[in-house]
Amino acid sequence: MSDITKQALSELVENIKSKKLSSSEVTKAFVERSEKSKELNVYITEDYTNALNKAKKFDEKPNLDLKLPGIPMAVKDLFCTKDLRTTAGSKILNNFVPTYESTVTQNIWNEGAILMGKLNCDEFAMGSSNETSFFGNVQNPIDKNLVPGGSSGGSSSAVAAQLTPITIGTDTGGSIRQPASFTGTVGLKPTYGSCSRYGIVAFASSLDQAGPMAQNVKDCALLQEVISTYDEKDSTSIDFKRNEYSKELTKDIKGKKIGIPKEYRVDGMPKEIEDLWKKGIEYAKDCGAEIIDISLPHTNYALPTYYIVAPAEASSNLARYDGVKYGFRAEGENLIDMYEKTRSEGFGAEVQRRIMIGTYVLSSGYYDAYYLKAQKVRKLIKNDFDDAYKKVDAILTPSTPSSAFKIGEKTNDPVSMYLNDIFTVPVNLAGLPGISIPAGHDAKGYPLGLQIIGKAFDEQNILNIAYAMEEKINFKNNITDWWIK
Amino acid sequence: MSKNKSEYLINRHDNQYEVVIGLEVHAQVTSQSKLFSTSATKFGAEPNTQVSLVDAAFPGMLPVINEYCVKQAIKTGIGLKAKINKRSVFDRKNYFYADLPQGYQISQFKDPIVGEGKVILDMPDGQKEVGIERLHLEQDAGKSIHDLDPKNTFVDLNRSGVALMEIVSKPDLRSPDEVNAYIKKLRSIMRYLGTCDGNMQEGSLRADVNVSVRKKGSKEFGTRCEIKNVNSIKFMQMAIEYEANRQVDLIEDGRTIDQETRLFDTKKNETRSMRSKEDAHDYRYFPDPDLLPLEVSDDFIENLKLEIPELPDEKKKRFIEKFKLSPYEANILVSDIETSNYFENVIKKSDVKLATNWIIGELFAALNEKNLEITESPISAGNLSKLINLIKDGTISGKIAKTVFEQMMEGDKDPQKIVEEKGLKQESDPKALEALIDKVIDDNRDKATEYKSGKVKLFGFFVGQVMKVSGGKANPQLVNEILKKKL
Repeated sequence: MSDITKQALSELVENIKSKKLSSSEVTKAFVERSEKSKELNVYITEDYTNALNKAKKFDEKPNLDLKLPGIPMAVKDLFCTKDLRTTAGSKILNNFVPTYESTVTQNIWNEGAILMGKLNCDEFAMGSSNETSFFGNVQNPIDKNLVPGGSSGGSSSAVAAQLTPITIGTDTGGSIRQPASFTGTVGLKPTYGSCSRYGIVAFASSLDQAGPMAQNVKDCALLQEVISTYDEKDSTSIDFKRNEYSKELTKDIKGKKIGIPKEYRVDGMPKEIEDLWKKGIEYAKDCGAEIIDISLPHTNYALPTYYIVAPAEASSNLARYDGVKYGFRAEGENLIDMYEKTRSEGFGAEVQRRIMIGTYVLSSGYYDAYYLKAQKVRKLIKNDFDDAYKKVDAILTPSTPSSAFKIGEKTNDPVSMYLNDIFTVPVNLAGLPGISIPAGHDAKGYPLGLQIIGKAFDEQNILNIAYAMEEKINFKNNITDWWIK
Repeated sequence: MSKNKSEYLINRHDNQYEVVIGLEVHAQVTSQSKLFSTSATKFGAEPNTQVSLVDAAFPGMLPVINEYCVKQAIKTGIGLKAKINKRSVFDRKNYFYADLPQGYQISQFKDPIVGEGKVILDMPDGQKEVGIERLHLEQDAGKSIHDLDPKNTFVDLNRSGVALMEIVSKPDLRSPDEVNAYIKKLRSIMRYLGTCDGNMQEGSLRADVNVSVRKKGSKEFGTRCEIKNVNSIKFMQMAIEYEANRQVDLIEDGRTIDQETRLFDTKKNETRSMRSKEDAHDYRYFPDPDLLPLEVSDDFIENLKLEIPELPDEKKKRFIEKFKLSPYEANILVSDIETSNYFENVIKKSDVKLATNWIIGELFAALNEKNLEITESPISAGNLSKLINLIKDGTISGKIAKTVFEQMMEGDKDPQKIVEEKGLKQESDPKALEALIDKVIDDNRDKATEYKSGKVKLFGFFVGQVMKVSGGKANPQLVNEILKKKL
């Protein structure tokens, strides 16, 4: 079968289960395509030989009852993987090899999947274009020199380019949904507490959440079902009844009330985004949903709130990278000198910027004015959603205020870069699930995404809405394999 | 209760200064594992053998609260008669140091697990109440070792993440003696509770000492200095004396005291400036987002109350009321739980008054001489109890008992056996004693005549002679009685 890599996850699973394909054949196909796709720079660390060996082993004694039987996949390099280098896209962890496995990846291997390698991302997941990675830019397969979004840019690019059938990313302020939107793929940020943070390199602990990225909603649902487990090793993990999301998936969303928040009509929003949103509303209506206008009055404050809370937590979370115990160390005259040199050379500019912002907003004399106030506003933003959910079952918005931009276009303008997250950060601040699905193209032919935001723990509902709309939208990605010579 | 008798004042020229002291005691929670990880906490293990990925702050590692440590902290709070906060919050205290792997210490800043409480001190001139401001849980740091290599510092993370209780007193202490009594009382309460072993040599109990001075009668507090990390009561007392005098000298010279952190140099017996207020760290405290607020239910607290043993203050009261001990005796016997247990075991089967005297007198002196703790006593409570019964029933005299006691100290021998083997049994047969006394009177006819003619002081001579002849074994009471008749 020559078109193995064109198959979506559910097809591959079916073909392996019915023994039409072996894990080795599938793994080999994705490895070969990955090797031909080096120009995209999606991999930080490749583990092809091990992957092929594991596939061979799987085929010798295949367990076809598993949910991901012998399926090869690459994961964002923010997940610690036992015995395989984990860098978080940073020089400071350039040589770091964990002796342990993150809970989320362990859940995946437990269901039979096979690790192919670690995918590029913004350094410590801080970025919206994958340009802050120490390991270089990632190309968007949609068009050369186009960013794949970020921070899960390697992940989105790899799924769109079909170098991995599915993948996982992490989303602190939009890092799954925005790159999914930029690459015409599907990305789900689950409810905070749904997926364990154990073994994921932390960016902002109260916002970070792992989630699935795939070519379609059904694959996304299946992967979510695998990765979401209650974990005692993460004190913020929540013990709630998790659905078998893929099994319970339905296109019947008749009568579902979908809210349209007026505050998301931001100033200067391109007309094509406005049009996409309108189209989305029509699709939702076509599916039988009821559209209701709602208000999320504190939306305007979400971005500034996010850019206080996230850097504050990051400044503390990244203190452990000090050259003492592991990772990169620059020699110094004394301890302080070693710290300064290690962290100046080990962290890139964006990470340093956020550490400084975070340190500033937590410092005595500024704490109340910034951090504490931001926490209060965060509560108001959450209250907005709570109020809205008294009237609606889900909320529909654009995923991003624009389509993918050119590499280098926004690197010198951090604020304009931060504005990318305007529709996604409120969801993280409120701890809610949100999914981005591809819904159309802009004038340049670049994909655009719609975001469906759900109630806490109501992943099933937004997956269902996404599943129903996906059929109506019938999106096709225009990928020409331009990078394969 | 005369308050002034033991007042500690510093006199300079015509001024009298009062010393105001508050303590921040760091007490290591007795627990098999650390506050947020499952690593062991055993003292004296090989460096870096009790370190988990969490303690060493590996990427993606997360803290999970140890419920046992929470229970220990709440029990301590109950022992300090303190308010237990049903909701408390763990904060991050951020600073860089090589032995602080996370780059922050998880502590409790705004919302500690235990609020205000009190400790009662028994001072020579009466009782004194010392207020407790709060008790909070926090992680210990690792240990930097600077003297193993001329160029490098070594780091041992065994202690990293071990649970500490920081117990903050109000500025209620007024003298080095009160500090001594306070630390001992705190230690005693925690040892009763089994929440901290109080071992200062192993660093299980350390304190930061806040000292200020003010003119006697003044209501305002003076500027305080904090003396960091003093690990023995003696050093605390020395540091306070030095520091208080230093501050008085500054005031008398018309200079001001800078609020600062100081170190106590145990070799030179002086405190030295470590950092000024301006150089103080900005710890950037904020709630740890890896941990949810700690919430405990009323039931949880009530169940812990059921586990609280009788504490020293209550035990003292019971000893005084039930056993008619003096407050002084009761204080000594309840000061630590092992002593009180020993005492209660001895008196299970023997006379309380005699037991009290023998424990406080002979036993403490003998243990002291051999530098032993009560738990290491060569004489078991059971055998001491037997010895006391031998005295009580007249089998041996008090004097012989001391000889027997000395032999018991050599190894835990049954006093009954010692008495039998060495033939130390008291002679209480009146006939035998009469014969003995007749012989003594006979041998000392002249003295007997003198006695009869009114020299009554000679009675003691005759008693002594009888005891001597009997080899100390004659029952002194019977000897007295018979002698009186015969003479």
